[in-house]
Amino acid sequence: MTQNYFELFGLEAMFGIDQTLLEVNYRHIQSESHPDRFVTGTPAEKLKSMQLATLANEAYQTLKSPANRAAYFLTLKGITTITETNTAMPSDFLMQQMEWREAIEDAKFAKNMSALDDLLTEIKQEAKTLNAELISAIDTQKDYGAATKSTRKLIFMDKLTIDINKVIELIEN
Amino acid sequence: MALLQISEPGMSATPHQHRLAVGIDLGTTNSLVATVRSGLSGVLIDTHGYALLPSVVHYNADNSVEVGYEAQKKQNNDPHNTIVSAKRFMGRSLKDIDTSLLPYKFIDAVSSVSIVQIETRAGAKSPVEVSAEILKVLKARAESSLGGELVGAVITVPAYFDDAQRQATKDAARLAGLNVLRLLNEPTAAAVAYGLDNASQGTYVIYDLGGGTFDISILKLNRGVFEVLATNGDSALGGDDFDQRIFCWILETCKLSPRNAQDTRLLLSKAREAKEWLTEHAEANISCLLSDGEFVNLTLFYEHFIELTNNLVQKTLSPMRKAMRDTGLNIEDINGVVMVGGATRMPQIRKTVADFFKQTPLTNLDPDKVVALGAAIQANTLAGNKSDTDLLLLDVIPLSLGLETFGGLAEKVIHRNSTLPVARAQEFTTYKDGQTAMSIHVVQGERELVSDCRSLARFELRGIPPMVAGAARIRVTFTVDADGLLSVSACETSSNKEANIIVKPSYGLSEDEITNMLKASFTSAEQDKVARMLVEARVDAGAIVEAVSAALKVDSALLTAEEKHLIEVEINTLKNIALTENTDAIHQAIEVLNHATETFAARRMDVSIGEAFNGKNLDTINL
Repeated sequence: MTQNYFELFGLEAMFGIDQTLLEVNYRHIQSESHPDRFVTGTPAEKLKSMQLATLANEAYQTLKSPANRAAYFLTLKGITTITETNTAMPSDFLMQQMEWREAIEDAKFAKNMSALDDLLTEIKQEAKTLNAELISAIDTQKDYGAATKSTRKLIFMDKLTIDINKVIELIEN
Repeated sequence: MALLQISEPGMSATPHQHRLAVGIDLGTTNSLVATVRSGLSGVLIDTHGYALLPSVVHYNADNSVEVGYEAQKKQNNDPHNTIVSAKRFMGRSLKDIDTSLLPYKFIDAVSSVSIVQIETRAGAKSPVEVSAEILKVLKARAESSLGGELVGAVITVPAYFDDAQRQATKDAARLAGLNVLRLLNEPTAAAVAYGLDNASQGTYVIYDLGGGTFDISILKLNRGVFEVLATNGDSALGGDDFDQRIFCWILETCKLSPRNAQDTRLLLSKAREAKEWLTEHAEANISCLLSDGEFVNLTLFYEHFIELTNNLVQKTLSPMRKAMRDTGLNIEDINGVVMVGGATRMPQIRKTVADFFKQTPLTNLDPDKVVALGAAIQANTLAGNKSDTDLLLLDVIPLSLGLETFGGLAEKVIHRNSTLPVARAQEFTTYKDGQTAMSIHVVQGERELVSDCRSLARFELRGIPPMVAGAARIRVTFTVDADGLLSVSACETSSNKEANIIVKPSYGLSEDEITNMLKASFTSAEQDKVARMLVEARVDAGAIVEAVSAALKVDSALLTAEEKHLIEVEINTLKNIALTENTDAIHQAIEVLNHATETFAARRMDVSIGEAFNGKNLDTINL
């Protein structure tokens, strides 16, 4: 039986995890398994340490990000959140997305940095709301259908943030 | 052969003995070596009392070399044969380098990939060879002042070095006969020295502007764990560029025609002196006599120097912003900004950084030495010496790694700032019926077009069973180790027949080239590749015997009597075979012993990680 990421860090599988405990346990596992601890070890130990440290990094990055954590939790429940075919999103959300995309394009054209900063703040706020929705849907209601919708939205928001940062870099250069 | 009986690094030390390990800062302008003695990290000085070794190598006609201050004295009179700032050319091809201001004859040497070389009277020299000369001097200095052979060294590299530049640095160390314990990012090394010295906790920025490279790293310090959150930089920006700005200003102001190599080097030296003088003075006098009798006599005012170099200072701001954005932190979250590198002595740099982070940067450590001191602390830990501080460095990859896909686009497989070690796989398929081969192009960089990224390796995956288009499943796995070095493996997973290859991109030197260079440096003529491979096999055998024996001493309780006996038998077998000259048999015996200890290794790690895993067996964890 393979451990899942939550078990790896001694956490209960849920959305509202104890972030501090995640960090502490991640550091503990890395302190014991990192390749730096096995520089004078046997080749078998080196290989095992490399695999374990890699796994711990992957698991930590997944659980640290709310969107990835929610998607991973749902995967454990057998629900795939990101598929090419399943793009059904509520129309009001799609409209909002389009507005944001247009705003990014406008700001890019006008080289308007403060507009981009405002957009980032707005998106952060929206992400906060989605986080609250996910705590309710996953941890309280166990309504995984609703959770899947919120997770998809959150993934969209992450992509939007990346795109805005790309535009900011472009303007800076 | 008597030569082979000399004990190799790492073989002679018994487990409880203090192992000699050093940290080396291989800098663009100066290099240093440091070590930990009686719990304190200190820089080692040469017989004249100097800590810094100028990174300058002078080649004589008889192939002998001078390194450091002696070489530096020759640079104005013999610029073609005196190589300075070789670090700027590491892992680079000719097209990457702006040769207009440099007094060298560059050649594009094409072996497996194109790498730049410099023509000298002692023959064409690659930056790897030049760097190896510097490392040899530091190795000798360390061994004479510590009184023994080194187990290994931690060598620092700019955090923003790409895979090619890292590999080249590792090759240089190998050529110098150094066992590399780890390649360590310079800002991380500085953070270790600073953090341990000041018992700091919190989020720190390291601003590292050296002679030829600029790095910015943001780290979280927490009880001996140094976690890099983001890194950025410019591997072709440093103090040298400030010298060049002054140099160009001199040419313009005096309306000088393009100069010969001697004059160029002389004026660059004068420019550097003026830059350093302006750190504490309002004006600098520049005067010298050129080879055609023309006399230069100028005054450069500080205000004008700031104007000349303003856009260089501004160029460091963009990486700072990018790194901050990647962490998602605000300026207020930063507890301190540590200045590293000689170029951070310039007041305009300090002011710019202070303005950006809204706090006075920390300059209480010697910016020239802090990197070497940190590297020594890491070397001491990696060599297995007990220390009071439980140190762990979690570093990141500075630039994204990806593959070329249709239309010359780069598909990212590992994103920048992923914590090391990291592995990630991507699946591809064939696009033609019956296609049996696929070419894979590995690139590094942030840009979307492959042509804007650095090409790391191209290889062909052959032996794919013929299938209809889109049926084959080719899984390409990228693995980046703790040194930040990449290896790529690929296999076809849908058929039973697996084609599996592992490629380590290599841009420094090929195996044969290293052999030839080592051969040339030996006085004994019969040293050849076979002998070297035997030596290396024996070193490997010694290392594994020592490691397994040490593990048995501590943890034999984890084994049944029978399991323990089996391992001991294989240890003895290997010990005996290592006395023969059969390299292949030694490798086989290493493999057998290695296999015999796999379960033991997993059990030992289970125990050490303990409760965080709820007592579950590590064998159940799959990647």
